[in-house]
Amino acid sequence: MDLEIIGISVLWLFLFGYIIIASIDFGAGFFSAYSELTKTRHILHHIIQRYLSPVWEVTNVFLVFFFVGMVGFFPSSAYYYGTVLLVPVSIGIVLIAIRGSYYAFQTYGAKDSKLYIFLYGVAGLLIPASLSIVLTVSEGGFVDIVNDQPVLLYEELFFSPLTWSIVILSIVSVLYISATFLTAYADVAKDEAAKNLLRKYALAWSGPTALAAGLIVLQMRAHNIERFENIMDLWWIFALSGVFFVITVALLLMRKYYSTAFWSLVIQFALAFFGYGISHYPYLMYPYLTIYDGFTNEAMATALIVAFIAGFALLIPSLFLLARLFLFNKKYVKGGK
Amino acid sequence: MFWEYDPVTFSRTLTGLTLAFHIIYATIGVGIPLMIAIAQWIGIKKNDEHYILLARRWARGFVITVAVGVVTGTAIGLQLSLLWPNFMELAGHVIALPLFMETFAFFFEAIFLGIYLYTWDRFENQKKHLLLLIPVAIGAAFSAFFITIVNAFMNTPQGFDLVNGALVNIDPIAAMLNPAMPTKVAHVLSTAFMTSAFVLASIAAFRLFKGNNHVYHKKALFLMMKVGFIFSVATVIVGDFSGKFLAEYQPEKLAAAEWHFETEEEAPLILYGWLDDKGEVKGGLEIPYALSILAHGNPTAEVEGLNETPEEERPPLFVHYFFDLMVTIGMWLTFISGFYWFAVKKGWKIIRKKSFNFVLFLSGPLAMIAIEMGWFYAEFGRQPWILRGYMMVSDGATSAGYVDWMLFLFAGLYIVLGTASVIVLTKMFKKNPVEQELADHAYERGEW
Ligand code: HDD
Ligand code: HEM
Ligand code: HEM
Repeated sequence: MDLEIIGISVLWLFLFGYIIIASIDFGAGFFSAYSELTKTRHILHHIIQRYLSPVWEVTNVFLVFFFVGMVGFFPSSAYYYGTVLLVPVSIGIVLIAIRGSYYAFQTYGAKDSKLYIFLYGVAGLLIPASLSIVLTVSEGGFVDIVNDQPVLLYEELFFSPLTWSIVILSIVSVLYISATFLTAYADVAKDEAAKNLLRKYALAWSGPTALAAGLIVLQMRAHNIERFENIMDLWWIFALSGVFFVITVALLLMRKYYSTAFWSLVIQFALAFFGYGISHYPYLMYPYLTIYDGFTNEAMATALIVAFIAGFALLIPSLFLLARLFLFNKKYVKGGK
Repeated sequence: MFWEYDPVTFSRTLTGLTLAFHIIYATIGVGIPLMIAIAQWIGIKKNDEHYILLARRWARGFVITVAVGVVTGTAIGLQLSLLWPNFMELAGHVIALPLFMETFAFFFEAIFLGIYLYTWDRFENQKKHLLLLIPVAIGAAFSAFFITIVNAFMNTPQGFDLVNGALVNIDPIAAMLNPAMPTKVAHVLSTAFMTSAFVLASIAAFRLFKGNNHVYHKKALFLMMKVGFIFSVATVIVGDFSGKFLAEYQPEKLAAAEWHFETEEEAPLILYGWLDDKGEVKGGLEIPYALSILAHGNPTAEVEGLNETPEEERPPLFVHYFFDLMVTIGMWLTFISGFYWFAVKKGWKIIRKKSFNFVLFLSGPLAMIAIEMGWFYAEFGRQPWILRGYMMVSDGATSAGYVDWMLFLFAGLYIVLGTASVIVLTKMFKKNPVEQELADHAYERGEW
C-alpha cells in the first residue's frame, strides 16, 4: 500500500474518533442546558457529570492529533487550508477555548451559573457547525486561486445550500450520537429516569439525522456532479450504513440491548464516514490538492509512521486503563468512587 | 479601517500574543506535576498530612491552569498553520516529527491526569496513587522537550538541503538534533521547574505576609524555596551554556543583546543603559571581560560583533533589555532563595519578618517575568528570520484577509480566560481554607 494511503487512513481514523467522542461531549452539554430549561436537570445532571469529568481533556487531544498529523503527512494542506480557513477555524478555536476552559472552571471551581450552562450548551452545537466548514470547503467550488494564492469565497460559501445542509447534519448527528451513548451509559448506571428521557431524545433525533444525510447527497448532485458520481459508486457502503441505522433505532424502540445499539450506531457512522472519505479520494481539496502532490517526503513519512506505532503502543494500554476505571467500571458509573 | 492592512505585522502580533499568554500556563503545566509529586512523596514518607494536603490543593489548582494551557495550546497549534502557512509547508517536511511526538506526550499526560485527579480516595495504598503522577510529570516534560526542539530548529535549521528551491536529503532525526537543541531544552525545562517552585512559594509567602502563621504554609514555603534554589542554580549554569551556544552558532543574537557592535577581544558586558543619537551606549554598567567569559569562558577571547552581520539581517537592539532583565532576575532569585535557606538553617529572625515574606512573595511573579523576557529575547533575537538563513518572517506569513479582526478576537479571548482563571483560583482557595480542610480530614478519620 502507498504511504500516502496509510497516512490519510490513520488521520481519518483519528478524525472519526474525535467526531464520536466530541459529539458525545457536545451533545451532553446541550442536553444539560436543555434540561435546565425544562426543569429536568435533576434527572440528567448526575449521569452527564459522571461521564464527562475524567475524559474532557482526552477529547481535545484527538483533535490536536488530527491537525498536527495532517501537517506532518501533508505539509501542503497546511498551506492551502491554513490560508483559506483563517476566519472559520479561528472562530472554532475561540468557541473550543471558552467551552473547554469553562468546563474546568465550573466543575472544579465556581458555582453553577445558568448563563454559563446555556453558553456551554450552545457552544457545543456551534463548534461542530464551524468545523464542518472544513469539509464543505474540501468539496471544491469555494476556493479561487488569485495571484497564485488560494482565497476563500465567503459569499458563495455562505449562500450555498450545501454549506447549510452539512451544518445541519453536523448538529443533528451530534445530538443523535450523544443521546444514544448516554442512554446506554444511564442503562449501565441503572438510572431509569435518565435512561428513559435520553432514549426519547435519541429516537427524536434519529429521523432528522437520516434526513439531513439524504439532503446532502441531493445537494452534492447540484453542486459537483463528479463528486456525486463518486459517492454513487460506493452506494453499497452507504446502504450498509443505513442497515445499521435501522438496527440502532429498532433496538432503542425495543428498549433492549442499549450498548449494542450504541455500537451499531458507531458502525453506522464509521461506514458513512469512511465511504465519504473513499469517495473523496484522491483529493484533499478539490480540485487543487491531492494526497499525492501534497505528501511529505519518504524519510519523514517513515519516521512519522514509526513514531505513530511506538506512540500507539504506549497509548492503547493507558486508554484501556482509563476506560476500565471510568467508562466500564460499573461501580464508578453508578456513583461509587 | 484606521490602519493599513498588513497581514505580516498582524500575524506576528497575534503569534506573539498567543505564545506570550500560552507560555504562562504552559510553564506551570510543565513544572507543577513535579512539585505535586515531591510534596506527596514527602507526605507519604514522613506520614505528614500537611504535605499530602499540599499535593491535593496544588493538584486542584493545577486543573484550572492545565485547562487554559490546553485550550491556548490548541489555539497556537492551529494558528501556526493559519498564520504561517508558507512556513509550515516548508517546516512540515523537515520538523514535523517532534511536533507529532508532542501530541503523544500530551495524550499520555492527559489520560493519566484524568485518572490521577479522580482517584484520590480510591487506593488504600497512597503510593499507588502517587505512581499515577509519574506519567503526568513525564508527559509534561516531554511535551516541553519536543516543542522546544521545534523552536530550536527555527534558530539553527539543519537536516535538509535546499537545491533550486526544492528540499532534498531530508533527515528528520538530524533536524531534531540541531545545535540549539541541547541548551534550549535544558534551559526551558530548568526554568519551568524553577518558576513553578517560586510561584508555589509565593502563595505560601503571601499567606504568611497576611499574618497567617499556620505551619502548613511554613512547610510549603521552605520546601518550594529549596526546590527553587536548586533549579535556579541549574538555570544560571545552563544559561551560561546558552550564551556559549549563541556565540558559536547565532552570534548576531548575542551581539544584539549585548550591544556589542565591533568584534573585539576582552569584551566587557554592558548591563542596562541606553543608546544616544549617535548609537553610543550611555549610562550602562560595564563589567570588564564578562562578555568574553559568557561567550567563550575565557576573559581574553574574541567575541563577534554586530558589524559582521549584514545590516538588514540584524535583530532589533531592544532585545538588550529583555536579556538584562532575565539575567538580573535569575541572579536575584538564586541569591534570595539561597539566603532564605541559609537563614532558616541558622534560625535568623529575619525569616519571620513580614517585609521579608513580602520579598519572598515577589519571587513567583519575577520568575514569570523572566520567562516572558527570555522568550521575547529568543524570538525577537531571531528576527528577521522565521527559519534562520532560509526564510524571512515576511515570506512565511499568510496572505489572507481579516488577520487584524482575528487579533482582536483572540485578544478578547485571552482577557476573558486570564481574568476567569484568576477569579476561579482565588475563589476556590478562599472558599476552602487550609484550616477548614485539615479539620474536615481529621473529622473524617474520627479523630474528633
Ligand atoms: C525563569 C526564567 C529564566 C531565568 C532566570 C533565566 N532564563 Fe535565560 N531564558 C529563559 C528563561 C530564563 C527561557 C524563557 O526559558 C528562554 C527563552 C528561549 C529559551 O530557549 O529559553 C531563555 C533564553 C536564554 C538565552 C537565549 C537562548 C537562545 O535563544 O537559544 C540565553 C543566552 C539565556 N537565556 C541565558 C540566561 C542566563 C545567562 C541566565 C542567568 C541568570 C538566564 N538565562 C536566566
Ligand atoms: C512559548 C514561548 C514563546 C513565546 C513567549 C514566544 C514569543 C514570540 C514573539 C513575541 C514573537 C513575535 C516576534 C516578532 O514579531 O518579532 C514570536 C514569533 C514567532 N514564534 Fe515564538 N515564542 C515562543 C515559543 C515559540 C515556539 C516553541 C515556536 C515554534 C514551535 C515559536 C514559533 C514562532 C513563530 C512561527 C513566530 C512568528 C515568526 C516571527 O515573528 O519570528 N515560538 N514568538
Ligand atoms: C509554538 C509553540 C507551541 C505549540 C504549537 C504548542 C502546542 C500545544 C498544544 C496543541 C497544546 C494542547 C494539547 C492538548 O490538547 O492536550 C498545548 C498545551 C501545552 N503546551 Fe504548548 N505549545 C507551544 C509552546 C509551548 C512551550 C514552549 C511549552 C513549554 C515550555 C509548552 C508546553 C505546553 C503544556 C505544558 C501544555 C498543556 C498543559 C498541560 O497539559 O500540562 N507549549 N501546547
